[in-house]
Amino acid sequence: MDNQPPVHSYLREPSGLKSWLLTRDHKRIGVLYLIGIMTAFVIGGVLALMIRLELLRPGPTLFTPDTYNKIFTLHGAVMIFLFIIPSIPAALGNFVLPLLIGAKDVAFPRLNLASWYIYVVGTVVALYSIFAGAVDTGWTFYTPYSTQSTTTVTAMTLGAFILGFSSILTGLNFIVTVHKLRAPGMTWFRMPLMVWALYATAVIQILATPVLGITLVLLILERLFGIGIFDPAMGGDPVLYQHFFWFYSHPAVYIMILPGMGIISELISTFSRKTIFGYRFIAFSSVAIALLGFLVWGHHMFVSGQSELASMVFSALTFLVAIPSGIKIFNWLATMYKGQISFTTPMLYALSFLCTFTVGGLTGIFLGTLSVDVHLHDTYFVVAHFHYVMVGGTVMALLGGVHYWWPKMFGRMYSEFWGRIAAIIIFVGFNLTFFPQFVLGSQGMPRRYFDYIPEYHSLHATSTVGSWVMTIGFLIMAAYLIRSFSHGAIPGDNPWGSLSLEWTTTSPPPTENFAVTPQITHGPYDYDQMTAASTLARHGTGAR
Amino acid sequence: MDTTRTLFLPPGGSTVAPEVDALFNFLVYVAIAFFVLIMTMVIVFAVRYRRRGPQVLTPGISHNTALEMTWITIPLILVGIVFVWGFRGYLKQSVVPKDALEVRVTGQKWFWSFAYPEGATSINELVVPAGKPIKLLLSSQDVIHSFYVPDFRIKRDALPNRYTITWFEAPRPGNHHLFCAEYCGTKHSAMIGTVRVVSDREYQQWLESTSASGTGMSAVDFGAKLYVSKTCNSCHSNDGRAMNGPTFRNLYGHDVEMTGGGRVIVDENYLRESILDPRAKVVAGYQPIMPTFQGLIKTHEMDALIAYIKSLSPTKEDDGQPAPRP
Repeated sequence: MDNQPPVHSYLREPSGLKSWLLTRDHKRIGVLYLIGIMTAFVIGGVLALMIRLELLRPGPTLFTPDTYNKIFTLHGAVMIFLFIIPSIPAALGNFVLPLLIGAKDVAFPRLNLASWYIYVVGTVVALYSIFAGAVDTGWTFYTPYSTQSTTTVTAMTLGAFILGFSSILTGLNFIVTVHKLRAPGMTWFRMPLMVWALYATAVIQILATPVLGITLVLLILERLFGIGIFDPAMGGDPVLYQHFFWFYSHPAVYIMILPGMGIISELISTFSRKTIFGYRFIAFSSVAIALLGFLVWGHHMFVSGQSELASMVFSALTFLVAIPSGIKIFNWLATMYKGQISFTTPMLYALSFLCTFTVGGLTGIFLGTLSVDVHLHDTYFVVAHFHYVMVGGTVMALLGGVHYWWPKMFGRMYSEFWGRIAAIIIFVGFNLTFFPQFVLGSQGMPRRYFDYIPEYHSLHATSTVGSWVMTIGFLIMAAYLIRSFSHGAIPGDNPWGSLSLEWTTTSPPPTENFAVTPQITHGPYDYDQMTAASTLARHGTGAR
Repeated sequence: MDTTRTLFLPPGGSTVAPEVDALFNFLVYVAIAFFVLIMTMVIVFAVRYRRRGPQVLTPGISHNTALEMTWITIPLILVGIVFVWGFRGYLKQSVVPKDALEVRVTGQKWFWSFAYPEGATSINELVVPAGKPIKLLLSSQDVIHSFYVPDFRIKRDALPNRYTITWFEAPRPGNHHLFCAEYCGTKHSAMIGTVRVVSDREYQQWLESTSASGTGMSAVDFGAKLYVSKTCNSCHSNDGRAMNGPTFRNLYGHDVEMTGGGRVIVDENYLRESILDPRAKVVAGYQPIMPTFQGLIKTHEMDALIAYIKSLSPTKEDDGQPAPRP
């Protein structure tokens, strides 16, 4: 292990701000996205804390109802459109995808940079809408409320519309990259499962996002020109909007969770030093989830007045999605069996994921069940469920991935001690925040309520305290990650002893990723045949 | 037929509640069983196979088709059972019994109004007889609302362009919370009402008293009652405080500035117009958010309400200012 970071790293060459802003290097673009999503996460997180503060006790606490309505709308819109959708695919995916398949870059580097700029423009437009008065419709922009609202709905939906193009172009880039740029010997079934997950995600990004774009344009036209497609007074139908919206936004849930599942596959195999169990089942379950995800949108509308027959079909299809998700969980467990498990910070996030995502998945069964959903729909049970999937699933996986690839990205190691402490605090705070919401929801507490009846007080107060605990965890994380840039140990090229391709090059990698094009002779999880030391011997140590 | 309170569910108050609760509880048990199974495996493996020394080769268990088919088949059977069970309950929640009593429910920013077959109306309080199926014909005057009674395990959106239908039968008298479950703006969380389930005899009495409305009461007293029952009090105070709307105190007979300029003397006709067409002339400084009460208020109720508002304006000797002359 060397004591100095490699000289030829993508971080240093070329240098200067301009070289970053005009870069075509997928790794730099990944880092730029990482900065973007972290900023969005901080904004969305502060808004979340404001929501929990208002709900600390019944009655007005800090804000007026109108202000509160804007805060929860912005929390949802910022977290969904600016943070979680681009989080794993655009930030981590950009960084690791070419490294994972042995490519020098993505297929269309200029388009990749353009995607980031589109993301920035969309973000600026969305943030403008906040400063111009903010939106009060909920992130779902349901009509006719959103067509009548006097707030800045047009600017916010325009922002989301622009962000959609960033997502579509990234998806397109990834699909072509996976098809055309795999290194010699990297067959489809030698690809790391993260690549399968990113590929399945990209398919959804390309097919579903245009529908959101069209829907938002229709909404904007309705607001500006009164075209009447959603307006009952002109023969339109407000429920049509819900169909359009969820046709994108349910598949979007899988845009958020599938790449997270990819990360978990990498983490569990690496830190159990074990061949992944049921590779093909996991790979195909990603594709199955991506396809089935298009056919279940109506489960958001069981009480909307859609026909009972439609509800029945949507319920049945929804249950089918549970099967591939269950396959993944059990295959990860089987991967741990007879492994050599180490409790590093990334692995703690993977274990947190197994716990919280399981809860998120199982509570999804409640909501897919027709008669039970009638009671639970639009209550805090739904709020708890999707936070268990999105935060307990995607964010846990994202944090695991960031900690796993941090030494690869920046050539520095963070404090493992503080990393584990923060992971445990976040896990505890998360459950304290969101578990009480399952109870609140099944007792009947509707979502998007500024005020509530006194019976719900103690559970809301517990949830608010949980949000503070989680915040402490995130502050500790921010501190040790920032400190790692200056004080972090130099980790060496492969600190985790992983067999996957990205660890065969230097940490951080050179601009071209690999000194010579790698020849792939084994799968990424062949821990039964070799150790990391023997791979290094075979591949050399990259560019140094 | 009531079910008892559990950690999760409030006590059931309708005939469909026991079926929904049984399925909910079944799901809780299945979820706990799977969660415990998965977590036990995580913990046992994590402890038993924790890393003890330098890296060595591990067994290359690539897959096991029989095992994988097992964890596909068992969940598939379970979700199959849950799907059929849930669909049967949903049909029960959706198919209205033939002899049901029909009540028209209108959601409006931000209150519920109810119209009964006998011509009676009520606001934010649905009064129904126990042991009788009640059909609710829902619609909205503005945006989408959702009629939700947690104790009954029913919820249905109220839409501006069509009727939606749900029903319930509450076996026993008692009071139940009614919430709006579809986000509808500023006072969404205040769009709370009560479902009051009463005996058949009480229901008949209530219908009579509501329809006869105010017989034997003075106009001012009846108006004071309507001030609460029509929920005027949620936006208009009677003691001078400004709320979402102007206070009724010292309103009648006074000269008030309008939004967009101009002044109006508050007289009987201005009050009547403001109740039926609230956005025609809005007092300066207030948002035009009041809904119309056209069709929701009868002539003698209008008379009584105006009499009540008049009674809140003391004579000019009392407030020391001469009432301006038209």
